[in-house]
Amino acid sequence: MSAPEIHCEQGQRQVFCGLSGIVWLHRKIQDAFFLVVGSRTCAHLLQSAAGVMIFAEPRFATAILQERDLAGLADCNQELDRVAAEVLERRPDIKTLFLVGSCPSEVIKLDLGKAAERLSEVYRGRVRVLDYSASGLETAFTQGEDACLQALLPELPTRPAGERSLLIVGTLPDVVEDQFKRLFDELGIGPVEFLPPRHATEYPSVGNGTLMLLAQPFVGETARVLQKRGATLLTAPYPFGIEGTLAWLRAATDAWGIPAERLEAVTAPAIARAEKGLARQRELLAGKRISFLPDSQLEIPMARFLQRECGMELVEVATPFLDRQLMEAELPLLPSDLRLTEGQDLDLQLDRLRVARPDLTVCGLGLANPLEAEGLRTKWSIELVFTPVHGFDQAADLAELFARPLVRGALLKV
Amino acid sequence: MQLTLWSYEGPPHVGAMRIAASMKGVHLILHAPQGDTYADLLFTMIERRASRPPVSYTSFQARDLGRDTAELFKTTVEATYERFKPELILIGESCTAELIQDQPGALAQGMGLPVPVLPLELPAYTRKENWGANETFYQMVRGLLKSRVPAPGTERALRAQGARPKANLLGPTSLGYRCRDDILEVTRLLDSIGIDVNLVAPLGASPADLLRIPEADFNVCLYPEVADQACDWLRRSFGQPVVKTVPIGIGATHEFLQEAARAAGLEVDTTREPISSRMPWYSRSVDSTYLTGKRVFIFGDATHAVAAARIATEELGFTVVGLGTYAREFAREIREAAKRYGVEPLITDDYLEVEAKAAELHPELVLGTQMERHIAKRLGVPCAVISAPVHIQDFPSRYAPQMGFEGANVIFDTWVHPLMMGLEEHLVTMFREDFEFHDGATPSHLGPTTARMGQPAPEAQSEPTETAVVADGVLVWAPDAEQELKKIPFFVRGKAKRNTERFAEERGIQTITVETLYDAKAHFGR
Repeated sequence: MSAPEIHCEQGQRQVFCGLSGIVWLHRKIQDAFFLVVGSRTCAHLLQSAAGVMIFAEPRFATAILQERDLAGLADCNQELDRVAAEVLERRPDIKTLFLVGSCPSEVIKLDLGKAAERLSEVYRGRVRVLDYSASGLETAFTQGEDACLQALLPELPTRPAGERSLLIVGTLPDVVEDQFKRLFDELGIGPVEFLPPRHATEYPSVGNGTLMLLAQPFVGETARVLQKRGATLLTAPYPFGIEGTLAWLRAATDAWGIPAERLEAVTAPAIARAEKGLARQRELLAGKRISFLPDSQLEIPMARFLQRECGMELVEVATPFLDRQLMEAELPLLPSDLRLTEGQDLDLQLDRLRVARPDLTVCGLGLANPLEAEGLRTKWSIELVFTPVHGFDQAADLAELFARPLVRGALLKV
Repeated sequence: MQLTLWSYEGPPHVGAMRIAASMKGVHLILHAPQGDTYADLLFTMIERRASRPPVSYTSFQARDLGRDTAELFKTTVEATYERFKPELILIGESCTAELIQDQPGALAQGMGLPVPVLPLELPAYTRKENWGANETFYQMVRGLLKSRVPAPGTERALRAQGARPKANLLGPTSLGYRCRDDILEVTRLLDSIGIDVNLVAPLGASPADLLRIPEADFNVCLYPEVADQACDWLRRSFGQPVVKTVPIGIGATHEFLQEAARAAGLEVDTTREPISSRMPWYSRSVDSTYLTGKRVFIFGDATHAVAAARIATEELGFTVVGLGTYAREFAREIREAAKRYGVEPLITDDYLEVEAKAAELHPELVLGTQMERHIAKRLGVPCAVISAPVHIQDFPSRYAPQMGFEGANVIFDTWVHPLMMGLEEHLVTMFREDFEFHDGATPSHLGPTTARMGQPAPEAQSEPTETAVVADGVLVWAPDAEQELKKIPFFVRGKAKRNTERFAEERGIQTITVETLYDAKAHFGR
């Protein structure tokens, strides 16, 4: 089967910047604090995204640049030291402090890398200070996680040469992480480690015997740096749905030399369950037409799952950024006549959408309600990043996320 | 640099967006990096707007910085005009575009578009959201009306004999706190004394509508944060008086009616008790006696904070222990009010300073913004919201004005509600300590035990601790299954537990394992 042709588009983009990754990363890495160095806009973005939760004590904040910082009247580095001290005094339990770069800090070329080095020296033994950029100039939405994970890499200890291990890269909900761990245990694969870890102090180790499976399709740069440290990337589709999860596990069992029968035996009960759950959702989804607007880079694997396992028809699948290496195993699974778009020119894309009028459109929250008002059913895409959707036992849940707006649409009589 | 956990206002371009999104026929073009479209969500989610805000972005990325971002801007302007054909175009920059200095305003003005183009100066590193809204509205009103300003010394034309006086309601915006319903309530109030509303702006107005502003007898400055500059300019240029009393609270509403009547040249007797407000009686009824002297800390925009302080003291019998605002532009109003109540005024946009002050004052009730809800949670103090910034729950479906007599009813319920809950919580906690509930029991976020620093968020604590054994104790949860159950979000955990147990019972399973849990999950689906 041949992979579909890729259309590249440029223009107005309706996506989050990488800073929004902080919203889930700060929940995953529980002893880390994210300090954005940016403008009031950055602070506003973060609190608009996360502010509906009422925090007794948030683990993120913004150091807002003032006029004096821009005019060079204040030494930005001294200012940053002062702010970092304030944060750490307030939160003595913090073990890792991320200095997060933004569009303004990048345009004025504030060197956060140097600052992180300096501060690490100051707080040596107590707090590690790391830096990454999550600006809109550099990153779209989930790419913020890729950048954050890269910042963690120098911290990872080196595994002795030739010692075999499996490293799962990309944030997974804790419950999914545990499910996968159990499956790998039963298959006899180990040690299995996860990046990011739940605590920034429990780093996985990497060596030339490390095999990598990517749990998320947006951690490409992280994977490439890990390859430079000797790790081997296992090519596989992403673990969404039965097919994706099985193929993902198979990439590991093949590398470990575990016989196919063993994989079959271990996964059979979970697959049987998943098929049962999925059957119900398939009834609701089969034959329905779906379009994806670009958001998280999850679009391609999700579309593959919905088409092959739920019987949906793909109208257009757009992704903010298409990493061909990371999509190697996914692209051939898509129908070859699909309209696949990389990037975005928002108004033109909406024109196409209004002509096609799919049964369901996956899009961001800036567009969802306006499209609903035009009579189009939508599934807001950010939820796919915040919900446990990986693995066999979540396959039906994943399908249900897409079925729910359709069910609701049919249910409401007002 | 300023360390900011929460910021009270967005950047000034969000203020400009609020003006554009309030109006019809206006389109804002923002020179801004990829990602700044997040602000659309404020309108489509928080306010639940059913259309995209009329804002186009250039969405430049790092790779564009090496090329010509000015050219990118011009392309965006052309495409935007062609597609939306607005009556008026606003041009603005976000904070990052301000640094790269493409001069988009001048560029757009030089493009020969067939509609007025208004470039906005929005200094993102010194000014904030309300300033941006105020400035944008002022520039727009001035830009559209300056050619119609009568010569100095011209007398205002007299109203036709027998015609009802007319007022403009200026200041309500998209994303403004309760603006939607305040307009209805104020229109009703004015109508009750024989005054018509000529125009509401910016909310719902088009540029063509703004040209009708001078037809009114006077302007009502409902939200000074947004409209005081425009009102001042209209007074100076067109001789339109400005009604400045903001009708929030019973006393203020009476004064507002008197002031509006004076501005319209009407004789109005507003001394009779309004039938439409229950608040004065509710406040006098004996059930409210326990409210007397409750210590209250008030923080918000200046208009709502000053109004709240007056209601709290004169209409509910509270004691104001702290009063402040994040709006430096309106510090004077807060200082004057603070003097009346004998408290130190707190003028700051630093959340940490507000938090420290609130902690120091030990209030029994916090009246503030969405941000003060964080503070109140940390301190374990009841809290009600009186001012923007607010989140989605404060753009309610029901009629919920703050202004006028119905506004006073709404305020009574809203402010007293958390106090009642506080009392209930207190009793519940007492009984938990006294009887079978002990350590494991969870106090709600309003309870006194969370008042310590660094407590984990309540979602981590609030585990319902019912026992795992059902039906004569034959059904047991294996420890690993029980662990697994705890990983399910707490709000669906109860249901998952019940379903699993039912599933196990039906199949005669005695020990629930992780497998059973997932088998049951697959069986029941959603």
